[in-house]
Amino acid sequence: MSILMIFRVALRAIWRNKVRSLLTALGIIVGIAAVIAVIAIGTGAGEQMKTSINSMGNNLVMIFPSSMRMGGASMGAGASNTLTAEDGEQIEKDLPNLVAGQTPMVRASAQVIYGENNWSTSISGVGTGFPVVRGWDVGEGSFFSEDDIQTGRRVLILGKTVVDNLFTNGENPIGKSIRVKNMSFKVIGVMERKGSNSMGQDQDDIVVMPYTTVKRTIQRSSFNNVNQLLVSLYDMDDLDEAKAEMTSLLRQRHRLGAHKEDDFNIRDMTEITEMMTSISSTITILLGAVASISLIVGGIGIMNIMLVSVTERTKEIGLRMAIGARPWDILMQFLLEAMTLACVGGLIGTVLGVVGAKAVGNIQNWPILITEGSVLISFAFSAFVGIFFGFYPAWRASQLNPIDCLRYE
Amino acid sequence: MLIEIKDMYKTYTLGETTVNALGGVSLHVDYGEFVAIMGHSGSGKSTMLNILGALDTPTSGSYKLDGREVSTMSRNELARFRNQKLGFVFQNFNLLPRTSAVEQVELPAFYGGCKLSARARRARAIELLTMVGLGKRLYHTPAQLSGGQQQRVAIARALMNDPPVILADEPTGNLDTKSSIEIVTFLQELNAKGITIVMVTHEDDIASYAKRRIVMKDGKVDREDDPRLGEKAV
Repeated sequence: MSILMIFRVALRAIWRNKVRSLLTALGIIVGIAAVIAVIAIGTGAGEQMKTSINSMGNNLVMIFPSSMRMGGASMGAGASNTLTAEDGEQIEKDLPNLVAGQTPMVRASAQVIYGENNWSTSISGVGTGFPVVRGWDVGEGSFFSEDDIQTGRRVLILGKTVVDNLFTNGENPIGKSIRVKNMSFKVIGVMERKGSNSMGQDQDDIVVMPYTTVKRTIQRSSFNNVNQLLVSLYDMDDLDEAKAEMTSLLRQRHRLGAHKEDDFNIRDMTEITEMMTSISSTITILLGAVASISLIVGGIGIMNIMLVSVTERTKEIGLRMAIGARPWDILMQFLLEAMTLACVGGLIGTVLGVVGAKAVGNIQNWPILITEGSVLISFAFSAFVGIFFGFYPAWRASQLNPIDCLRYE
Repeated sequence: MLIEIKDMYKTYTLGETTVNALGGVSLHVDYGEFVAIMGHSGSGKSTMLNILGALDTPTSGSYKLDGREVSTMSRNELARFRNQKLGFVFQNFNLLPRTSAVEQVELPAFYGGCKLSARARRARAIELLTMVGLGKRLYHTPAQLSGGQQQRVAIARALMNDPPVILADEPTGNLDTKSSIEIVTFLQELNAKGITIVMVTHEDDIASYAKRRIVMKDGKVDREDDPRLGEKAV
């Protein structure tokens, strides 16, 4: 008998016991739906974490000045003032294959005033590499130029939150003058809206200026050290190599002898990314495992019903054997029946799981992510459950003795 | 010679005692015969029919059908053998529940490696059902048919793969007298068309439709005669 015909026989047997088949499949339906929904919600949460971490910058490596020792006394983190914007430029120049961009970062905070409105915000003094490094473009107007940096021109770019608070009547801020520390600065651009970062901080509450302007005009400093260098790598796989290259370059530039400690620290986001993704994947695996148990329970339900079905149809098995069914034909008939139950259950469960995950995502406002992979794996798993739990009853049926079957009452 | 059984033993072990269901039977059935096997319960006639039907294997002895040795076949070979060479008619009809007559009749063709196309299969099933007088009940399920009609569906099914032999196990056991005579007359007609029929029965008047009567006792052939002529001791 061809597989297709055996399949038709199996389908008919399922159809004849509609209620029983539905209840049996229900175990698989619930199991698959639970697995799909849990994985969708779990992966969604993980993706959201990754996105929010990535929003801090593209493949970001941060270089901070480190503590400095003066005669044995540590001066605390950030005490050394040897890290300069030139260090960053040299890194970009020397490692063109690794570094996509870099910017120095000088931080200050100040009150900004336009007309009757004022707003206290943080000021970031950066270089022209800032949009590339942070993956954050200017929405309106333009970013400042290398020339603006050289001359320390009083230009600035506003974050959306600052615009919202200063230009309350909806004026176009480009070209306007605003006052910072009693000096007049020209607005040349507005950054795109970025939203809040993974810590819930509003990233749009910012004013961006050339780092030279912040250094000289806001901080009135005569030093040229910076708070931080942000370096963006092409590929995070090169992280270790890039770190080593940058370390040796900076040690050389800072004229550190072989026995001296680094006067800088290189940090990257991988630790925090790894931690967060490992938390979310652990939770996903845990919940997925719990959901899988219900799938196994569903499988046992199928096995149970198939054993009943084999017993019930002993006479039919005997007749089929008498008219020429081989043990293989009988095995396939019951195996396909179990598999069909499991697969139909898997299909319904997949639909319910996707719909359920979306519903929960909408109600709770959780991000959900349904990947083809998770759907395919769950579906394949339901087919596997069908084969695994259907095999024993089907095998038992195939090994029955035709005479005993025909006599069975 | 169609069926050749030589020196056949079938031994069952029940705890410590062994029972010889068949104790050295030899039997020949030629093409075109209509044989009735009779005997009391425990005489070995059912065991005999099971072995003839390739549903059971003998403990020793040889069974050749159509020149092929059956007693040493594997399970798969036996299945194929039953499918191609034998047609079964049972006392309790053994039709599949909730399945139409046409589909019942088609069933043996499914297991025969599907030499017929779906259309040819259906056409043959309809032809056979028409032949047994059920041309107007092609799509009735067993529950919608009388006992005699169900047995006729079973006969049509037995004929599906054109087997040389039909084995009938008490084919009239569950039928009233009128249907019984109908069925056995029908078997006689089939026999007249050249199909060999081996029928187990305990009713003398049913056996009298056969050309040859074999009476079994204690696992052996006790006597043999032509019911139409009179008795002849073996």
